[in-house]
Order: sequence, then structure tokens, then C-alpha cells
Amino acid sequence: MTVCKTNSETPVGLNINKLEAKIPEGPIEKKWDLHRFQLKLINPANKRKYRIIVVGTGLGGASASAALAELGYNVQTFCIQDSPRRAHSIAAQGGINAAKNYPNDGDSIWRLFHDTVKGGDYRAREANVYRLAQISNHIIDQCVAQGVPFARDYGGTLANRSFGGAQVSRTFYARGQTGQQLLLGAYQSMMRQVHNKKVKLYTRREMLNLVLIEGRARGIIVRNLVTGKLERYFADAVVLATGGYGNVYFLSTNAISSNGSAIWRAYKKGAAFANPCFTQIHPTCIPMSGEGQSKLTLMSESLRNDGRVWVPKSASDNRPANKIPENERDYYLERIYPTFGNLVPRDVASRKAKFECDAGLGVGPNKRSVYLDFADAIKRDGEDAIRAKYGNLFEMYERITNENPYKVPMRIYPAVHYTMGGLWVDYNLMSTIPGLFVLGEANFSDHGANRLGASALMQGLADGYFILPYTIGNYLAEIPKSSGETSHSSFVNAENEIKNEINELMEIGRTGAGKRNGHESRMTVAELHHELGKIMWNQVGMSRNESGLKAALQEIPKLKQEFRKKLIIPGRGDDLNIELEKALRLSDALELGELMAQDALERVESCGGHFREESQTTENEAKRDDERFCNVAAWRYAGEGAPPIKENEDLKFEYVKLSERSYK
Amino acid sequence: MGNDGKQELTEKKNVSSSNVSKGMTLYLKIWRQKCCSEEGKIVEYKVENISPEISFLEMLDILNQRLIKEGEEPVVFDHDCREGICGACSLMINGVAHGPEVLTTTCQLHMRKFKDGDTIVIEPFRAKAFPVIRDLAVNRESLDNIISAGGYISVGTGSAPDANAILVPQKETESAMDAAACIGCGACVAACGNASAMLFVGAKATHLGLLPQGRPEDLDRVYKMVQRMDELGFGNCSNQAECEAVCPKGIKLSVIARMNRKFFKSVITKAPESGVKQEWN
Repeated sequence: MTVCKTNSETPVGLNINKLEAKIPEGPIEKKWDLHRFQLKLINPANKRKYRIIVVGTGLGGASASAALAELGYNVQTFCIQDSPRRAHSIAAQGGINAAKNYPNDGDSIWRLFHDTVKGGDYRAREANVYRLAQISNHIIDQCVAQGVPFARDYGGTLANRSFGGAQVSRTFYARGQTGQQLLLGAYQSMMRQVHNKKVKLYTRREMLNLVLIEGRARGIIVRNLVTGKLERYFADAVVLATGGYGNVYFLSTNAISSNGSAIWRAYKKGAAFANPCFTQIHPTCIPMSGEGQSKLTLMSESLRNDGRVWVPKSASDNRPANKIPENERDYYLERIYPTFGNLVPRDVASRKAKFECDAGLGVGPNKRSVYLDFADAIKRDGEDAIRAKYGNLFEMYERITNENPYKVPMRIYPAVHYTMGGLWVDYNLMSTIPGLFVLGEANFSDHGANRLGASALMQGLADGYFILPYTIGNYLAEIPKSSGETSHSSFVNAENEIKNEINELMEIGRTGAGKRNGHESRMTVAELHHELGKIMWNQVGMSRNESGLKAALQEIPKLKQEFRKKLIIPGRGDDLNIELEKALRLSDALELGELMAQDALERVESCGGHFREESQTTENEAKRDDERFCNVAAWRYAGEGAPPIKENEDLKFEYVKLSERSYK
Repeated sequence: MGNDGKQELTEKKNVSSSNVSKGMTLYLKIWRQKCCSEEGKIVEYKVENISPEISFLEMLDILNQRLIKEGEEPVVFDHDCREGICGACSLMINGVAHGPEVLTTTCQLHMRKFKDGDTIVIEPFRAKAFPVIRDLAVNRESLDNIISAGGYISVGTGSAPDANAILVPQKETESAMDAAACIGCGACVAACGNASAMLFVGAKATHLGLLPQGRPEDLDRVYKMVQRMDELGFGNCSNQAECEAVCPKGIKLSVIARMNRKFFKSVITKAPESGVKQEWN
């Protein structure tokens, strides 16, 4: 890997910007209101003098682009796909949380705040989470106004359903396509601004470098994925909304092009990366069917509203599900957790599914799945009612598995789904690089060590519609405007870094391609990625331990060597080249995987999705060590080959008492 | 670039696929094209040991892995979510947009729908408004362009009333949701003999127009979107209904009918804003 050339414009490693969360003073329910009053404003007539770059067009990126453009800023928005509406937010199925309390069942901003802090296993910043709960209601208002077709009751008011980790019904949904409809709402608002010429859209562009001038984020280098050419764009501030890094595991519920490269490359320019080992494994996904599988398909958590999870009581019971009588079934979630039952949070449900399968009680052809059974719900509510709620999800399941969930139980198994970790941001959503803001799944904040279902959609939109538009003005008001010169040496250097990187990769890849003999020892990007995924899933997956993590830290560097020796990349670097795109992303994923393993190794406690076998209760639940680890682990890049430096941000819980997170 | 129009049936190679013992042999005829200004052609590939459990795109992945190892450039095609919701995947399979199964996107199509020894012709979504980028990937920016002309409700962030202040009858919500399910894949355009985008435009116009929030701009929206569709080179609708037949999300022709009514009304009841042409072909 080309060493990032150090010059005054690319601070590497020993970043002088210390972690300052900038949480405002005062009682928690007043912090955000007070803060907004104190944030500096940019005069309406002056906003048009500023240019903001937004990378990523999911919920965070599209909403931010729309909101910033509405305010008058000039926005340049970039996405990797052929259209901004392809962002993977589109695949979210189940719903979006808000504290409206329309069902009158005891919800409130306070309760949503409390549930989210507890759901995150006390590893999130209280003030950030309270703000999220506070804003949640405005999000629903905005989405309805944009025409998001949320489900309604007969009288025309909005319907609600329950999600994991909550005892109230606070989730708003649009059939099983809530993510798509919310994204379309934000995308449409953004396209309105494209029409108004306030947003300039650049599709099929991949950000490969961040440009810093005098320590501030001032632009990006992108690769045009159609022409292969590198392009420079300047801005007064840069916003990353590029989603999560679950694809480090190769198989996940992410889209094929989802990746953590943009945030990883920002990390290498000085943005601290927080809690990289906090990854979420979603309990209800369609199980693996073979080696050639390209991804794992999510079945929405909302299914657990009505489905009952079970395995046969006996490991030798190979009868088809419908032949197993009730008393020979173990509805283990209902048994172990009487209060929350099937609606325990994701990390709890996933681990239990793994334990059941490890104990030999799994079902399906490879005995690596558990049942999610709708027979009782269908008997109770009728097939039509179930179809109305989950129709498209049941169809999707049947297409993939060729099994009919109206007649036989679904088979499900956990899969990597979401990453709570991400770039560290302060209360203003700014990273440790001045002028670099991070939204949505790409940042680390709000969800702690485990994200509750239906909160990701909430967070992406909160960040984009209702937080960033306020906080970015405060930053812009204090800085000199960009000169708008992409000929500045920082741009030249940043572009050359990428040019060299691509040339190196093509050189490695070319010596493998074009030969018809001796191919046996060569590996494609997919094969190498698959190997990384295996290491990550086995050692840095649902259940981690010291020896496994140390093994990962040995195996990944070996895989990096293989990557640099055996890779094949056909074609040219300055042309459309899918393999080169994937190779660039994989080189980042290899490095990020190492950091994840390192982070998991040093956090010797279990919390949320991070389960260390050495730290569990007698009932196999996660056991936190609040004395040593009630903090955010923020990592700093220290240069090629140098171990990264960790800095802790201590977390104080003043409003929600630290207690054992029980869902019994 | 390794592909110079060879029409070879490649020799038997050990292709990795699923662990099912009996795999299929398939003869693929795939459109390869460098870009829209160069001529393209069909190239034939034979793939073996294809498990019925894998998806169509996973089958293409297997082919591509082999091509890469042989030093050839892989077949380029658009795809992303692989679960039927993003609208990126866009293949004409044996002449049918998204292949032989109804209500199924390309990425959701599984090989169990094919038989051992089948020949499968794979082509891009062709239309004047969808220029080819490479092989099977086309440029569908024209669809986003249509949306920017009016496929939205004009409401700024922060100005919304309480969500329950706008009552939406359940029936309207369900119909709006049916239309809102459009994933913007363009199969309707590819299947239409005129390469018209009426189903796409109708879906969006109906989704927003059925909701009370969208009604203030309903007529204007329809007019502008149809206008933009014409400007971008999409064809006109001549009621072939190929679009409805291939739509993977089940959008119904009634969205076109509704839009036609609204379009007619918009023309005769309101003066279009200046700058909008009022020409008829």
C-alpha cells in the first residue's frame, strides 16, 4: 500500500484534534434547544456562497442534500450507483420508530430515549440519544408531508407496530418496504432541489480520497466508475453518509456495492474511528444455501411481532416441522425471556439462535437454522391479515427458498446486518477532522453497542433533516471560504496518491491476468474477499474470544500478503473496471477488519453485539465491565504499518441508571 | 480488452458452484458491447455444474469468475441489493425483462426455473433513453430526470404539520402504496415496443396524486413529468400492456389510465407555466 505522503496538508497519525464531544450544558431535555440557539447562523442571503459536498444518497445523504439545498447552500451530491435511489437504505423493511405515543400505550420521548440507551447496552452518549428521541416525531411529520404511504388505521390515522427491545408499539411502517418509501421521500425532495439547481448530482462516482487544506476538509477525489478517470471537487465542508462496513464480512445483508472505503480513507486522513468492533448480527435472515452465495437476505424484525421462534426439543428430531407436536418444540425465546419473548433485541436473539444450533438443535439441510413459525398467527388472525402485513416479505422468502411460509415455518439464521461503529463525531456530527461531517450508519453515535430495530431509519433522517442543517452553519460561519481552486497542491497530491494506488494494484493484477497457464495460484477479488469474510465471521462474529481474535490478527496480515501477490485484475485502470473497484474496496476492508479485531481484543467485556466469551453471566448473557469499559474506543491512524492509537471517551450516565440489561 | 467478437463455446472448465451434486449445463448468449458508440454482439458461453438453488446473477458471477481467471474482462451488469428492491438489476432474459417469472426481479430469479441444457439469451434493457454503458449495463438517468421534473411533493424540511393531522383513508393508502412500490428499474420501458415510460411516470404520479398531501400539485406534476418524458426520448403509449406484464412490483395499467385523465385535465384547465412547450407530435 502506498504510504500516504506526509506534507502539511495531510495530517497522518498524531492528529492534534483531541476528542471533544461538545455536549451542551443543562438538563438533558433542554440541551438541544439551547444548543440550537447558541449555534451560529449563516445569513440566508449568504448561504448561496457556500458549497457542501455530500457523499452517499441513502437516508442520511439524501435528506441532508435536500435540507441543505432548501436552506440555500449549493450542494454537490455523489453516489456510487447509477441512481441515488439505489442506496441500500432502500432495503430496510420493518419500520421507523418515533415517540408519538399515538397508541396511548405509555410511550414518550423519555421512554424512547431510555429504551435506546438500554438497547445500546449503555455504550452510547446520553445527550445524542435524547436528541434522537426528541427529533423522532418531527421525522414522521416530515415523511408524511412528503407523501410516504405509511400504513393507516380505518379512520385514516397512522398505524403502529412493535419492534424488538420495546414494550410499546412505536414503529411506523409502509408494508414491508418502509426503507424504500422513506428513501423515496428523501430522494424526491432531493430531486426537487436538482430541478431548482441547488443540488448537482454525480452518479457512478466513488470517493477515494479526502482533500485537506490547512487541516480542514476541503474536497474529495472521486473515481468516475464509467470512464475510470479521477475527478476533483472542492467544497467548504464535506459530509460522509456512506453507510456501514458490514461487507468486511463478505456475506451480509448489505448490498454488493456497500462498503466502508470512504470512511476508512477519511480515517487515514485523521478522522478517529470509534468502536469498530460493534457490529450487529440480525437474527432473522434467510440461511446460507451454498458456497456461491453472494449475500444474505434479511427478513424484517417486524416478523417477530407475529412469528414464534422455535427448535425441536431433541437434536435427533428430523421430522418436518408440521409433524412435530407442540410439546416437543422448544420456543426458547419465550421460555428464557418471559417479558419480551420473541421481541428481545437483536444481539440477544442472534446469540441464542447460534447457541441452539451449536448444541445440535438447528433445523434445515445443514442444521444451521431455526424456525420462525406463523401458524399460530395465521390461525388467530387469518391468512389475509398476515398477507396484508407481511405479503411482500413472504413472497421474497418463497422466491429464494422455494418454501411457502403460509404452510411451513420460515427457516432463519443470523447474519451480519449493521455496524454501530463508525467515524467518531461530536455533538455537531463533526469528526475529528474540521469540516468533515458524518451521518447515519457511517458515524458511531446514538446506538451504542446494539441498535434497536427501526432506529437506523430514524437516525439517518434525524441526522440529515434536523441536525446537520443546524450544526454545519456553525462551522461554516467560523471558517474562511474555500478558494474553489482544485489546482491547489493538496488536490494534486490527493489525486496522485490514488493514481499511484491504482497503478500498483493494476500492476499486481495485470501480472496475473492475460496468462492462460499458472492460474491455479491466482485469486480473484471475490475469492480473497470470501477468505476475509470467513476469518471475520468465525473469529470476530457473534461470539469472540481472546485466542480467536489473536488468530484473526495473524491471519488477516497473511491474507493481505496473498492479496498483494495473487490478485488478478483484468482490463485497464483508466476504464470501466469492476474488478478494480472491488479490489480497492477489499484493500480497505482488509485493513478495517484488522482494526475491528484489535478493538474487539482490547474491549474485554461483553456489551450488546460485542460478546466476549470470557465475560458472560451464568446464564450466558453479556456481562459488561462498566468500571473499565464504560467508554467509546476511538482509534487514530498512525501511519502505514504502525499500530493505531486508541483514545477513550468516557461515557457518563446521569439519566439512565447503569444496570444489567435484562429482557426476562 | 479480451473480447474481440469471439463466438467460442468455451471448453469444459471446473467451475465452482453450490454443493448440490447434480448441476445444470447451460448455454448463455450474452450481449457484449464496449459502449454505445461501438457495435455490440452476442457472445456464447457454456457454464456447467450450475445448482438450481443459486440465483441468476450468482450464475453470472460464476461465469465472471472464470472469465477473470482466464484474463478476460467479466460481463458488466448493474446490480446491487440482490433482494429485489433497489431496481438496479436489469436484464432481458430470453427476450423478457427480468426473465420468465412474474413479479420477480432479475436478482430474485433462481436457476430452478431453468432446465439442464437450456439456452439463455441475456441482453440489456434497450431504449433510446437508455444508452448502453457497457455490455448489459445501461444509463437510466433519464428516469431520475423525470422525477426531478415533478415526481415529488413540494414541502420544505421542518414545515410539516403533525403526522395525524392529515387523515388518509386506508383504501387510498393501500392504493398509493401499490403505486409507490415502483423500484425504478425500467423494465416497463424495456418491454414496451415504443420504449415508453408511462408505467413508471404513472406509478409515481398516482402514488403522490392519490394522497391528500400530493393533491395540490397533482395536475401540474403529471403535466411536467409527461413533458419531460417526451423530451428525453421515451416513446408514446399505444396500450400494448407489455409494461404491466413485466413489472416486478405488479404496478397496474390503471396508473396510466389515471394519469391520462389527469393529463387531459391539466391541459384543458390550467395554463402551463411559461417555458413549457405545448406542442403535439
